[in-house]
This record gives sequence, C-alpha cells and structure tokens, in this order.
Amino acid sequence: MLLGRVIGKVVPCVTCTGLESVPMLWVQPLDKTGKPKGSPIVAADSTRMAGPGELVYYEGGREAAMTLDPVFVPVDHAVVGIVDDVHNS
Amino acid sequence: MIIGTVTGEVYSTINHPFYDGKKLLIVEKARFDGTPSGDYLIAIDSVGAGVGQEVLVLDEGNGARQIVQSATAPLRSIIVGIIDEVTRNP
Repeated sequence: MLLGRVIGKVVPCVTCTGLESVPMLWVQPLDKTGKPKGSPIVAADSTRMAGPGELVYYEGGREAAMTLDPVFVPVDHAVVGIVDDVHNS
Repeated sequence: MIIGTVTGEVYSTINHPFYDGKKLLIVEKARFDGTPSGDYLIAIDSVGAGVGQEVLVLDEGNGARQIVQSATAPLRSIIVGIIDEVTRNP
C-alpha cells in the first residue's frame, strides 16, 4: 500500500456491472515525506467516506478489487483507509 | 521478498474492516548495498517489528492472505521477518 492525497472526485455516468454506486476518487500518489510523486490515479473508495483533501492509503492490483463487494470487478486501485496520523523518522 | 527498514507507522480509524486493529508500518526499501532506495511501501506486521528494524517484506497477495488465513483479505504487503544479519557478496 502507498500513501495518497485525494485531489478530486470522479463520477462516471455509465459503469461496468458491479461498479454501480462505487465512489471513485482522484488520488495523487505521495512519497514517504508526503510530497507528490508520479501521476494522479483514479481509485475506487472502499471506505465510502474519503473526500477531497484527505490523506489516504491505497492498494493496487488484484487486491484493490478485493476491497469491494462483489470482488470480481474491473478496478486497479482502491482506497483502503483514511490516515489519521503518520509517524515517520 | 524485499529487504527494507521500518521508518514509521500509519494510524487509521476509518478503513476496510480487515485492517481493524492491524498495525501498519512504513517500510523503506533498501538497495543491494543496504542504503535506502527512496521507495517505500505500507505493510502490516505479522512478527512484531518496530521502527528502526531491518525487515523482510512479502509483497505478494496470495502468500500474504495465506499468512493471515483469509481468502478475502485485500492485502498484499506483510512483514514476515526481522533481519539479524545480511551477508552481501558483490
């Protein structure tokens, strides 16, 4: 999993079966110090509570789809949790 | 598996139910010579690792789910060992 900053919401009007009503967030990946790293990605929101401005952690690949119900959906990134605090040395 | 150093912890209240009560650690990946590569990942802990320790991280979903004995856990990275010593033969 990696850290990301939610920079926007994405609302698709037509989706694949299984992705109806799944919130989509625009997420900027961050490095260890919280600086933006790489291009923004669109991630499904398994918490259904994250919003713009929040620090989140997200999973990629097969495990991203496993955060949702049903699990066999075409998703490559998903927000797994909202970060309260990071202690980093 | 990956060798890395635990550099921090992530705290979260709102998360996927699987992660309730799980300790999330930030692991900085190491280069072959042991220096930090600048790349990192967030992994859960299965061995009681802490900040500052050199650890072994399994970064593969099926193996990780086998360790937590769950077929449905949305999990890929898990700390599976604390390293005492690495012998490098360049």
